[in-house]
Amino acid sequence: FAGLADVSISEDIPVEGEITVPVGSRSPDEDFSTLDEPVRDTILRDLKAVGKKFVHVMYPKKSSALLRDWDLWGPLVLCVSLALMLQGGSADSKDDGGPQFAEVFVVIWFGAVVITLNSKLLGGTISFFQSLCVLGYCILPLTVAMLVCRLVLLAGSGTISFIIRLLVVVAMFAWSTLASTAFLADSQPPNRKALVVYPIFLFYFVISWMILTFTPQ
Amino acid sequence: ITCLVTYSFAEFDDAANLLAANPDATTISIDEPAEIPKNQRDRLQEPGREEDDELLGTDDSDKTELLAGQKKSAPFWTFEYYQTFFDVDTYQVLDRIKGSVFPVPGKNFVRLYIRSNPDLYGPFWICATLVFTIAVSGNLSNFFIHLGKPTYRYVPEFRKVSIAATTIYAYAWLVPLALWGFLMWRNSKVMNIVSYSFLEIVCVYGYSLFIYIPTAILWIIPQKVVRWVLMIFSLCLSGSVLVMTFWPAVRDDNRRIALATVGTVVLLHALLSVGCLAYFFDAPEVDFPAPLIPPHNGTTVVTRSR
Repeated sequence: FAGLADVSISEDIPVEGEITVPVGSRSPDEDFSTLDEPVRDTILRDLKAVGKKFVHVMYPKKSSALLRDWDLWGPLVLCVSLALMLQGGSADSKDDGGPQFAEVFVVIWFGAVVITLNSKLLGGTISFFQSLCVLGYCILPLTVAMLVCRLVLLAGSGTISFIIRLLVVVAMFAWSTLASTAFLADSQPPNRKALVVYPIFLFYFVISWMILTFTPQ
Repeated sequence: ITCLVTYSFAEFDDAANLLAANPDATTISIDEPAEIPKNQRDRLQEPGREEDDELLGTDDSDKTELLAGQKKSAPFWTFEYYQTFFDVDTYQVLDRIKGSVFPVPGKNFVRLYIRSNPDLYGPFWICATLVFTIAVSGNLSNFFIHLGKPTYRYVPEFRKVSIAATTIYAYAWLVPLALWGFLMWRNSKVMNIVSYSFLEIVCVYGYSLFIYIPTAILWIIPQKVVRWVLMIFSLCLSGSVLVMTFWPAVRDDNRRIALATVGTVVLLHALLSVGCLAYFFDAPEVDFPAPLIPPHNGTTVVTRSR
């Protein structure tokens, strides 16, 4: 505002007119005018975006949809459902049991934040929330694995059920790691890729371990 | 000037000359207590130090010494400041890990591998891996030990992860802090030729913990003798890295204090490994105390598990 310091309007010039923005320069958002649409449309639009990202995770191709329009709804839904499904593990005392809801939540979100910070400190060009978004969405295969494990445990908990669960969890763990690496690897400096991928591997390994060692009441 | 500069680079201890030549440089990594006059340079050529000196004769190390002095100049509230602690490539991290697992007698880990570029990536992620490795291996080993017993139910023991994390991160960060404080205090009393910055000590401790990762995995084997052999082996390897790093820093001091310092370092290291083995891994031939109380009047038999 320094340039306007010496602008003054002399008192005998009448100031009049309309202070409106010309119609032609409306931004695209205003065309949407989401205030007037039915609530169902608003919710469905977000749900479709989340669903589209789920599909991108299950069939990881190099697409920028996951990165460009990041959102954290999907990761939240996945994290909450995974934490809920990990409940009900039994123990004689509270100290020996599986992770509680808060512990799963903290492990997932704190782990994702630490990995994002790690990749940014190593010189990655991805933004903070984009990375959180990718890491959260790539938990989807593991959530599917948890669902399958719970169903298999309903049928029985012998050796065969353990082998099935082991195979499913290992496959989903590999899928998660590969999917997130496919999305995140490009934004890292080339001679540090392994340094960035390893913590992601560790993160999904810990989650897979929590899923595999779940024993119901 | 070039000869002087080269000679002073070869003499790693004379970073004070570096500072004199470039007074504007902010050096965080190497602390030099005092400048050593040139006529005392002969004293430095003791046999113990020659091995240290011959590491640094290459030109690359000259450049890194020069650049290191001007590297960390971002203010501490910016992101770039913390990025300087992660300025390592994959091969550098792997080299440092290799140096901690195969310590060469007489070669100082800090000088050979860290060389004024301490990183926080290695210590942080090695500690994280160690935490989960110990928790998972302990859980697996307990599972295999108690597998056939009828009164045993598998429990994931997730609470032990937080205990492991607290222990290992406290060891890897608070012990270096204490050691650094102690060394700084001794430096103010006795002129030591070698002294380390806090980050370099954290680096040495972090990388020296790497050997415990495969050790923890092998501790799944439920044989007491095997476990103790493994522990002593890994203690010797990582302890020797620590001893060879810190002995040059205290050997000019009072003999007893020097020995006490190095002894404490090794003792704490041993305590960590013994404690982890004892707490996370059940003893292999534990008998399930299942005393059969003789039934009175034919009533129920009480068995106690664990």
